[in-house]
Amino acid sequence: MPQQPYVFQTVASRPPPRPVGGLLPWIQRNLLDGWTNVLITLLLIALLALAVPPIVQWGVLNAVFGPDNAACRAAAAATNTGACWGVVAEKYRLIFFGRYPYEQQWRPMVACALMIGAIAASCYRPFWRGWLIGLWALVLGAFFILMMGGRFGLVPVETSRWGGFPLTVMLSTVSLLIAFPLAILVALGRQSKMAGIRTICVLYVELIRGVPLISVLFMASFMLPLFMPQGSTIDVLVRVLIGMTLFTAAYLAEVVRGGLQALPKGQIEAAQSLGLGYWQTTFKVVLPQALRLVVPATMNTFIGAFKDTSLVTIVSLYDLTGALQLALGDADWRKFFFEGQLFVAAIYFVFCYAMSRYSLWIERHLNTGTRRQ
Amino acid sequence: MKPARPAPPKKRDWSWRSQALRSVLYQVLALALVFSAGYYLLGNTLENMRLRGIKSGFDFITQPAGFGIGESIIPFDSAESYGKAFAVGLSNTLRVAVVGIVLATLLGTLIGIGRLSRNVLLRSLCGAYVEFFRNVPLLLQLFIWYFILTETLPTIEEALRPLPGVFFSKNGLQFPIPVWSDSHVFTLAGFGLGLLGAWLWGRQTRQHFEATGRSRPVWLPGLLLIIGMGLLGWLAGGSPAALDIPEKSELNVVGGGSVTPEYMTVLVGLTIYTAAYIAEIVRGGIQAVPFGQHEASAALGLSRGKEVRLVLLPQALRVIIPPVTSQFLNLTKNSSLAVAVGYPDLVSISTTSLNQTGRAIECIALIMACYLTLSLLTSWFMNAYNRRSLLKER
Repeated sequence: MPQQPYVFQTVASRPPPRPVGGLLPWIQRNLLDGWTNVLITLLLIALLALAVPPIVQWGVLNAVFGPDNAACRAAAAATNTGACWGVVAEKYRLIFFGRYPYEQQWRPMVACALMIGAIAASCYRPFWRGWLIGLWALVLGAFFILMMGGRFGLVPVETSRWGGFPLTVMLSTVSLLIAFPLAILVALGRQSKMAGIRTICVLYVELIRGVPLISVLFMASFMLPLFMPQGSTIDVLVRVLIGMTLFTAAYLAEVVRGGLQALPKGQIEAAQSLGLGYWQTTFKVVLPQALRLVVPATMNTFIGAFKDTSLVTIVSLYDLTGALQLALGDADWRKFFFEGQLFVAAIYFVFCYAMSRYSLWIERHLNTGTRRQ
Repeated sequence: MKPARPAPPKKRDWSWRSQALRSVLYQVLALALVFSAGYYLLGNTLENMRLRGIKSGFDFITQPAGFGIGESIIPFDSAESYGKAFAVGLSNTLRVAVVGIVLATLLGTLIGIGRLSRNVLLRSLCGAYVEFFRNVPLLLQLFIWYFILTETLPTIEEALRPLPGVFFSKNGLQFPIPVWSDSHVFTLAGFGLGLLGAWLWGRQTRQHFEATGRSRPVWLPGLLLIIGMGLLGWLAGGSPAALDIPEKSELNVVGGGSVTPEYMTVLVGLTIYTAAYIAEIVRGGIQAVPFGQHEASAALGLSRGKEVRLVLLPQALRVIIPPVTSQFLNLTKNSSLAVAVGYPDLVSISTTSLNQTGRAIECIALIMACYLTLSLLTSWFMNAYNRRSLLKER
């Protein structure tokens, strides 16, 4: 049978696809897709309509922004109560710099600016060169000279009067700078084949991770003085720094160990077959890859360490949280505790949020070599 | 068959450049360093303690404490020993940690699922929750909650009464509790029987499924069995319904169960803070299940519920459980921040004892020992659970 010729027929054209761009389709897709979704949307809109206007009224419309105690009290007593941001306007110097001598407060300000500048510079990848270590040494030296004084004609200020934001920044930065190398050593020790070294590292990490930071800080402030040889004393700031460093290092060591374990064994074998020794293998092959794998977890630990500096309040150091308690010791302003707390919470939030965003960015940035496409 | 070649003779090279010798050397060095540092510090400590006249030893445990404890589930009197005070502190820590873990898991799971919702409002609200509560220090959050719960609430005379018999004010929360009577034994026995029955039904269903390939409902009959048996037991015991309802007296609210504002502060603060972390873990775990798994289960014709229960959850849980365990541990350890708002937990009571007796080393050692034990117990329990949900491989 001869083959039938193909017959082409025109078919009515299909309707164009429904538009997916634009506002209306977006609303339909995201808010009104199915009856449960409609229900959730309605519920949430009702909730927002109930919650948002009173908050705006309290926080903005009825609020007092100037450092006017009488106006603040009136706003708090009115039927439509308003917030008193005046507490911040009145006490910001005390919140930021604690009990540091008032006329000398330009010093912690400059010191903080230097420290934050150094941190910002370290975040920028083209700056990851040898001179960054020199820069950090300079900045740390300048920070402590500025804060302590006694040199270059600066009035000496004892560490017990340090407080507020400089203390928070210093505690978190210095403890992390020391903890990170320590953590790498401990993580390497935990992976070691030598039973003695491994046991020491495991004991250290598990003991510290098993107890709360507060007990480590108590130990640092109560027991470290007993550890010192007779006659020598150790500054309370240094004691707290030692406690925080040991604590953070244990957590960081676990993070680094995660990276070490995730690295394929072939990398080490390849390095060994090239004739590299242990330290060469570690620093040129293992660590660059392992640390890149754990960037998000490392940044999380950093954020945690920054937040944890608030605990030094409990061993009576006046960091940002503690300085706020100090500022609110004033009976006139004690009533406006909540506004002050929100302000300090906002400062912490800005820094932590910036760190978490940076973590996302650097993770993407470092993976450009290994990512597909 | 050729005989197996004998193992090559073990060569022990003890030259200076050998790995074996070096490894021994390094270990001896490290251990010597640690021990000598410990010896030095211990020597200093003993010397300091002798000079300052600090006594040491755990003998203070049996001495009367001399301070009262604001709230406890175990009755405590200031004439009782320090040891009892520590036990009360530990019970307070556990009371807040266990309830906090349950609540944080529930809230965190809901918010984690909410972050994956198709509804953009729900998604962004849950995201804002996570970002806000994760990025503010817990201590500050506790201060804020304490302020809200002690300053903004009405006084006890004008207490909020959301339900009859429930008082909510600056003085905490008072609520009715059932009075214990002996006939409640029947209720408990009923629940016990119900649990046993549900377990048997579950086993029977599994066997039935393996034999015939037909599945029967497990959860609903099991739940009905437990509740029904409990109810039957309650009826059999003569339905004891006596409630201890709090009553307003002139100055206070008496009777019923109550929790203090301090307890509520710590509980609310810890729950909300930890829930933000758990939400992120849950979201990550669900997103870690490849989309192909959904397509495969759809191709097999599984319903959405079965897909979640049989395909999605078992794989997501494997990713979720280990980090959630460490969040539970974090919550337990963070409960030590209760000292900042005056909740008498383990750390708070230890520091009081420390100030009274001056036995710093002993008190801090006790805190650390308690938390270490709790950590090890939790991780042991969760590891056991984790082993059950691990990948079953041949």
